[in-house]
Amino acid sequence: MRRLTWFNATSLTLGFAFLYLPMLILIIYSFNESKLVTVWAGFSTKWYGELLRDEAFIDAALVTLRVAVVSSTIATVLGTMAALVLVRAGRFPGRTLFSGMIYAPLVMPEVITGLSLLLLFIGIGLDRGILTIILAHTTFSMAFVAVVVSSRLMTFDRSLEEAALDLGCSPFDAFRLVTLPIIAPAVISGWLLAFTLSLDDLVIASFTAGPSATTLPIKIWSSIRLGVSPEINALSTIMIAIVAVGVITASLVTKRASLRQQAEERAAAQQA
Amino acid sequence: MGQTVFEPWNDPDAKPLIQFKGVTKRFGDFTAIDNQTFDIYEREFFALLGPSGCGKTTMMRMLAGFEAPTEGTILLGGQDIAPIPPNKRAVNMMFQSYALFPHLSVWDNIAFGLKRDRMSKDAIAARVEEMLKLTRLTQFARRKPHQISGGQRQRVALARSLAKAPKLLLLDEPLGALDAKLRQATQFELMDIQEKTGTTFVIVTHDQEEAMTVASRVAVMDNGRIVQADTPARIYENPTTTYVADFIGDVTIVTGRATRSGEGYEVRYAEGAAPIYSAFDIDLAEGDTCHIALRPEKVAISAERPEGRRNAVQGKIIDIAYLGNLSTYHVEIAGGRMVKAQTANTRRLSRRDFTWEDTVWLSWTDTAAVLLRE
Repeated sequence: MRRLTWFNATSLTLGFAFLYLPMLILIIYSFNESKLVTVWAGFSTKWYGELLRDEAFIDAALVTLRVAVVSSTIATVLGTMAALVLVRAGRFPGRTLFSGMIYAPLVMPEVITGLSLLLLFIGIGLDRGILTIILAHTTFSMAFVAVVVSSRLMTFDRSLEEAALDLGCSPFDAFRLVTLPIIAPAVISGWLLAFTLSLDDLVIASFTAGPSATTLPIKIWSSIRLGVSPEINALSTIMIAIVAVGVITASLVTKRASLRQQAEERAAAQQA
Repeated sequence: MGQTVFEPWNDPDAKPLIQFKGVTKRFGDFTAIDNQTFDIYEREFFALLGPSGCGKTTMMRMLAGFEAPTEGTILLGGQDIAPIPPNKRAVNMMFQSYALFPHLSVWDNIAFGLKRDRMSKDAIAARVEEMLKLTRLTQFARRKPHQISGGQRQRVALARSLAKAPKLLLLDEPLGALDAKLRQATQFELMDIQEKTGTTFVIVTHDQEEAMTVASRVAVMDNGRIVQADTPARIYENPTTTYVADFIGDVTIVTGRATRSGEGYEVRYAEGAAPIYSAFDIDLAEGDTCHIALRPEKVAISAERPEGRRNAVQGKIIDIAYLGNLSTYHVEIAGGRMVKAQTANTRRLSRRDFTWEDTVWLSWTDTAAVLLRE
């Protein structure tokens, strides 16, 4: 191991402090006994208990989860289909326009997406509620799925699909039995991306949510306006914990799988 | 003799398995296949040979159903295959990249096509075992493609494409990814399997040695056309164009003017030099320009002018390519032309007779030189 120079050590500390100090403070204060955010009055987990008894928060959490699961699933199906057309259809008139239009929502300001959806829902007389949030989230997250899946499809060996056709698959079976299992990791990460985007979206949700359905970010945002409560800190800590566990597990699993694959390939090369 | 020679292309009653009739394939402005008509017979091992971009892969992809001819028809067993999609054709293909399904085991890769045919479980298992045995893969059945070596992958690809017992098996550069030693062994294995299964094989390759080794007939392609399709021996000994002569093996080509002389022709290639005589069977008019194609191994090299040889020229050794078993001499003759002569190194190198700058005589028989029309 090379020793860190003082310069590298300083930049490392500063960088990480910049990234994680705010979260660290939030986590520490979620265990604060006092109701006042700025005064430390000893360690306590009582705000976690309070949180679990607060039905408004629990409801909002459930709505958020439901919206995230449903919208990311629909977005994954639509986004994968769009990616297939983008990568596979070759050149057709309007291809550039089509691909541009797929990617546009990535750079579109959320306020505009939210506003235009709001106008649409009012226009067609759709009552705002959980359905409208799902539709809105599907709309913007399918573009992200399309990007992730199409970058995987670019490196996909077409002859695998041709081999499946050659062996008697219908085009749909070839996709179901060969293409989909192979691009599954990209589809899953597309789904996870859509899921996370939906979980923490505030802007679009606040345009499209109605009185009947409030998501967690909206709930947090609106309660902050009445003052930061330690309950919010507790809630945020739980969310950080969930995300951290998810990310660490995912990276451990991928790392182990790739190590195993390498070992097996080495073994195959040796006995050849 | 009593042995029947396998030459259905010489039998007027033989029914071809595949017929190309005036097939043209264009990609935009580019003509990949130019109005080709030819037949392939049952049990043949037919090689499409040519440099990259000559249209050999397009030819194969049209048979598999991944491309449709722009003009003309392709018949398989007398039936037009144009309206039949790839998944309904009794044709299987072994891909250059092998295209093994990485998420399936060797066993499941081989069973893949059989499962699509809704065969019973027992029948599938029996057929897969048979294929594993044929390709000596039984002990690797449970492995995934990334857990086996390149040679084993090649055999899985072959087993998978043979499992459905297709009428026709297409092989796209099947040995391209193997190293030289393994490739040779696999060539014989391929021929063996082809004979055992009685399947018609069409192989695409750019490796002339490979085509010559495995094929019953070789079709040499250039720019979307089959220039010559014949047995390996006839392709080598009786090429019909300089392109074929040059593409297959090593050759010296000398251009000159022909004059009738007895059974053959005398070809004058340089002022003051004695003409080259060839008794090759060809019709040339007096004074026609023609090419002489001379295989290096048919040219003898000696210190003295050999007795009783009509074709003998003097020259100087410019270069020697030592290949171990053979040596190729590049000899400069009258008019600065280079002629290649090859000798088998039956003696040790230290006792070699000729070296650089030596003046030597090159000679060959009356029938050695092939005459080619302009």
